[in-house]
Amino acid sequence: MVGREVGRPLLEVGGLEVAHGDVRALGGVSVFVGAGEIVALLGPNGAGKSTLLNSVAGLLRPRAGTIRFDGEDLGHVHAHQIVERGLALVPEGRRLFGGMTVEDNLELGAFAERARAGRRASLERVFALFPVLAERRRVTVSALSGGQQQMVAVGRALMTNPRLLMLDEPSLGIAPQLVTAILAALVAINRTGVGIFLVEQNVHAALGLAHRGYVLENGRIVGEGTGAALLRDDHVRRAYLGPLAVRP
Amino acid sequence: MSILAQQLVLGLLIGGLYGLAASGLSLIFGVMKVLNVAHGELIMLGGYGAFWLVALLGLDPFLTLALVIPGALLLGVGLYWGLFGFVVRADEETRVKNSLLIGFGLALALHALAVRLWTADERSVPTPYGGAVFTVGPLSIPAVRLLSLAIAFALILTLQLLLTRWRWGKAIRATAEDWQAALLTGIDVRRAYLLAFAMGTALAGAAGTLVTIGYSVSPSIGLEWTLKALIVVVLAGLGSMLGTFVGGLVLGVAEAASAAAFGGPYREVIGLVIFVVVLVVRPRGLFGR
Repeated sequence: MVGREVGRPLLEVGGLEVAHGDVRALGGVSVFVGAGEIVALLGPNGAGKSTLLNSVAGLLRPRAGTIRFDGEDLGHVHAHQIVERGLALVPEGRRLFGGMTVEDNLELGAFAERARAGRRASLERVFALFPVLAERRRVTVSALSGGQQQMVAVGRALMTNPRLLMLDEPSLGIAPQLVTAILAALVAINRTGVGIFLVEQNVHAALGLAHRGYVLENGRIVGEGTGAALLRDDHVRRAYLGPLAVRP
Repeated sequence: MSILAQQLVLGLLIGGLYGLAASGLSLIFGVMKVLNVAHGELIMLGGYGAFWLVALLGLDPFLTLALVIPGALLLGVGLYWGLFGFVVRADEETRVKNSLLIGFGLALALHALAVRLWTADERSVPTPYGGAVFTVGPLSIPAVRLLSLAIAFALILTLQLLLTRWRWGKAIRATAEDWQAALLTGIDVRRAYLLAFAMGTALAGAAGTLVTIGYSVSPSIGLEWTLKALIVVVLAGLGSMLGTFVGGLVLGVAEAASAAAFGGPYREVIGLVIFVVVLVVRPRGLFGR
């Protein structure tokens, strides 16, 4: 932490261009997330939200643009070393190791050097956040409900001891009361100083807890602002909250 | 009746080696999605390694495992760095195709090398206790083959323990399940591939040693053992090493039974029948996930 410029964003993405084969997915996207900030990323399906998160995590190689984390260019850093820097992603669809127990999944989260020493404490922290996981620690992950699996996914990412946690649609396909539990956990995680970069289809909930948000459409950022401002924005209301949300 | 029982026991004994031969192939395929068709040639090399150590150093044949296994481990590292490591950069479908080409090339090269070094003759290594036989009722069980079976089982058990208890063993399993998710937990997936390939090669070396002790080795046994291993991998499915061992035993017994029922030439046919039937009826295998 020593020597970091005050006020400099933790994650800075500048002019990012990513293509899947010949199809352009991101056409010059610039976003930033400050240390300890919660930032929501909104946009329709196919806008490029997952592409942005996967590129930052090092799973995709951008064509152009820069990704800086804590001032360091991540352009040539391998995905597993990005985790070592303190940047973790909870991927879309959770991507757990289904044949292993809850405990094995969580312990694999602490595989990185930065996480190993503190893995006991991290495990306690995850169990405090999601007590049900402590009860089910020896259960094979594929036997859990979708919501509990999502808790494992968030827990596994937390085990890496991240400074910035990115989440790709954590509420997709899980029961509403568990969505609430997971979003509440994100706020609790953020209070410990961890930055959150959240892709979420539940726009109301996401903007309710985010400090700021971006709107991504067709591979470009078309709007940004504080959570409250975006909730009042006509375009956001029309596009993401449904016609009934637009008051005359 | 007792002749049939005797045949089945011998089938069980060689089945343990089928299981051991398949475990390395299964590990490499399961983790890297790379099919190493030179696996049988690696088994053959392990056999000659043991043969050499016995001939040159006068070691007890079973003790050669202590040198063959580390040697094969290093060979695996070399083969990964020199050949197979390039394949894993491609997507999974391309990986299988490219690994087939590399594997066939490697198999031809190793076969030619073995003919050159050791001639095409069949070799075996005598053990001081070679003739010892346990008699159980009407059955006679050759001590050497029984010991080979026990060692094969011990090696598989060790592998299973490594994969479930060791930190990098878990990383290897995680990589097998979802390599991108493994990356996201900070696992160096390339290193997991390297470890899996080296361990798979070491298992091939061990299998070759046991084959040479209990049976015989020649430069041309490679294809036969690749086939046996492949049949067992299909039969057992991926994901469980103990399951692979059991699959090997099943193949050994099935071969013995079909030889007894239909005559010797049918020994080789039953494996292919099993191969096709399993692919049609239960493609993920008996114990596969």
